[in-house]
Amino acid sequence: MVETQFRFRDDEPVADPAVTVDAFGDQTNAAAVRLEPGDDARDLLPYLDRLRLVEVNFPAWTDGRGYSAARVLREAGYAGELRAVGDVLIDQLSHLRRCGFDSFAPQAALDPADADAAFNRWPDVYQATGDGRPAIWAKRHGNGANG
Amino acid sequence: MYKYDQYDQEMVDTRVAEFRDQTRRRLEGHLTEEQFRPLRLQNGLYLQLHAYMLRVAVPYGTLSSAQMRMLGDIADKYDRGYGHFPTRQNIQYNWIKLEDAPDILADLASVEMHAIQTSGNCIRNISSDQYAGSAADELIDPRPYAELLRQWSSFHPEFLALPRKFKIAVIASKTDRAAMKLHDIGIEIVRNDKGEIGAAFYVGGGMGRTPMIAPLIREFVPLDQLITYSEACLRVYNRYGRRDNKYKARIKILVHELGKEEYTRQVEEEFTHLLTQGIEPPLAELERIKTYFVDPPFDLDAADELDRSDPDFALWVDNNCAPHKQKGYIIATVSLKPAGGIPGDASADQIRLMANLAKEYSFDELRVTHAQNIVYPHVRKADLHALWQKLEDAGLGTANLDSIGDIIACPGLDYCSLANARSIPVAQKISERFAAQDRLDQIGELKLKISGCINACGHHHAGHIGILGVDRKGTENYQLLLGGCEGADTSLGQITGPGFSEDGIVDAVEKATGVYLANKQEGERFLDTYRRIGMTPFKEAIYG
Amino acid sequence: MKILTGNDLKTGAVTWWDGSSWSLHVEDAVDVGEHSETIIAEEEAARRVISAYAIDATVTAEGVRPAHIKDRIRALGPTVRPDLTLKPSDPNAGNWVI
Repeated sequence: MVETQFRFRDDEPVADPAVTVDAFGDQTNAAAVRLEPGDDARDLLPYLDRLRLVEVNFPAWTDGRGYSAARVLREAGYAGELRAVGDVLIDQLSHLRRCGFDSFAPQAALDPADADAAFNRWPDVYQATGDGRPAIWAKRHGNGANG
Repeated sequence: MYKYDQYDQEMVDTRVAEFRDQTRRRLEGHLTEEQFRPLRLQNGLYLQLHAYMLRVAVPYGTLSSAQMRMLGDIADKYDRGYGHFPTRQNIQYNWIKLEDAPDILADLASVEMHAIQTSGNCIRNISSDQYAGSAADELIDPRPYAELLRQWSSFHPEFLALPRKFKIAVIASKTDRAAMKLHDIGIEIVRNDKGEIGAAFYVGGGMGRTPMIAPLIREFVPLDQLITYSEACLRVYNRYGRRDNKYKARIKILVHELGKEEYTRQVEEEFTHLLTQGIEPPLAELERIKTYFVDPPFDLDAADELDRSDPDFALWVDNNCAPHKQKGYIIATVSLKPAGGIPGDASADQIRLMANLAKEYSFDELRVTHAQNIVYPHVRKADLHALWQKLEDAGLGTANLDSIGDIIACPGLDYCSLANARSIPVAQKISERFAAQDRLDQIGELKLKISGCINACGHHHAGHIGILGVDRKGTENYQLLLGGCEGADTSLGQITGPGFSEDGIVDAVEKATGVYLANKQEGERFLDTYRRIGMTPFKEAIYG
Repeated sequence: MKILTGNDLKTGAVTWWDGSSWSLHVEDAVDVGEHSETIIAEEEAARRVISAYAIDATVTAEGVRPAHIKDRIRALGPTVRPDLTLKPSDPNAGNWVI
């Protein structure tokens, strides 16, 4: 299993291996699931109360379906770990973070200094994506809280 | 026009720093070409036939004279003394070095410009009506909505790895000058029965290999839901657009395969959900943006008469100028299509001259058009002759707007690595063949568009006469299309039959104009005659 | 014959494999026979070239001539701007392309 290189959570990581979406529906005790690009994240919404880890696989970083999957889960209230795995590269880190990912397990380890620069690249953001950061329009109009 | 505040400036400055870092990592070998390519594309940097090409965004086509002057300076400093205005309200430089690209982006940022998302599988530069804010027939200036969308779409983290590129146009006139229905999303700002302003959404249009006219999916989106509705349209596309085949990955294919009703149903469902997520900027933000698009200080007593005693000037006025909403003012277009010239090319000196004239005669403002020309949006009629004279002296006074000489042509095989045939030499030969003023007058409005490959950057599907260059067993071959049109009555051109050589296609175009002239009725343009009499007489003349 | 072409990573300039390095001039191109894949892999990994590929070419009285018009345009420059080609003082250089 590929190691989680960056994690922005304080809770204990889930030890269980993530199962496929198909298997997850049948295994009533499973707490970890792995979403492939073609899976529908909304299929997981009935099970949010028992989910503690969702791995979203990026077989190729140019396939952006996982970004929407992450936002769908966060918008539905999922608060567990959301881990990007696979072809996860430096220049996607800040965007993945903005979509709700809070842990990263790149298949090839990333340069820590470059990754740190990428996570901290954008001092401000144009959109509200539910990640807790106020959009620039919110700051302009005196609302520093997440709009 | 829009001015950056501290946040907008910080965003483009950050982007420059990010790209400088990416370039460094590429040059040092930390990024492979495969990893770097999408990153440089999202900064407008292509690898073309002879060198890197940089595409700089001109958001909704609006430029200040300082920005235009910078475009000229960049052409001298980093390129080979010229730039190319393509069909996407941008400018392209053909001879860029990778190691210079971060410095160019920094120079652009110093005048509130960028190359963000001018290529790649993301939301591209938002385009609009080149007469926005000036046109006599517009409901309202569409550019504040385009700017709102520009900010929303810039670095939108969910939509930077879409199935394919995504182009949005915003207009607010019934006369569609932006080919709105040939975009992935075409937005028309409209007024409803209650007198409220909102947006009509057309989704799933495009040119390319499978040209499609976008269907209307919602008649009225309230202005305080514009971003949320756009986000819903994009999310459905990002989740379900095809990724198995590059040529079927545009949203037009998704809308076509799902059907307009099912796509709309999915968007509405996503929209209902997203309305609860607080992603919409407040109307106060739109109002803030609108304050930058108030009318310039027009002279309300400006004389409405024009001295037409100079016949060359009168000709240019008739061909290249359009009515302005303000009495005493006019919209003037500079044709970048001299007979025998390269459509859309301008030298650094010409670019700087056009910039200076904007400062002197058009409240510091210019527009770039999708037809590869430059517009002065607010010229006092009393100043028009002086402006024209200075343009004429610099070789920029060609009076051929919307005529057969005002050809749209992609760069073609002279510059483009995707092209199958050269476009520019065909454009040059046609504009020379029809250079005589009496021929131009006789033929009148005729939009001729040339693409050097099936990707259709030269919009050949939408030309009254379209030309498509193909590779036939290693030699260039040109197909002829008739009857295409962008605008309110958008239609797609039909192929006449077998293709032609470079000289053959010029002859075929001449024969097609001959059929028009022999059959035209009072007041008919080429397109009208074609629509009335159909393809057959043209085929007979061309192949008979 | 088979020759190799690509672009310089830093400048983007069109280059041709001359047997030991990359030249700006197609007349320096050498026949690589069956070795194109090995050379491309090595040279791209060393970041001396990008987007490299092998093409068919012939040797004529005027030198090495790529089989396809696209590569002849790459070798010379844009046919519509003779002043920007590698042979700006030769008004007939464009004829070689066609």
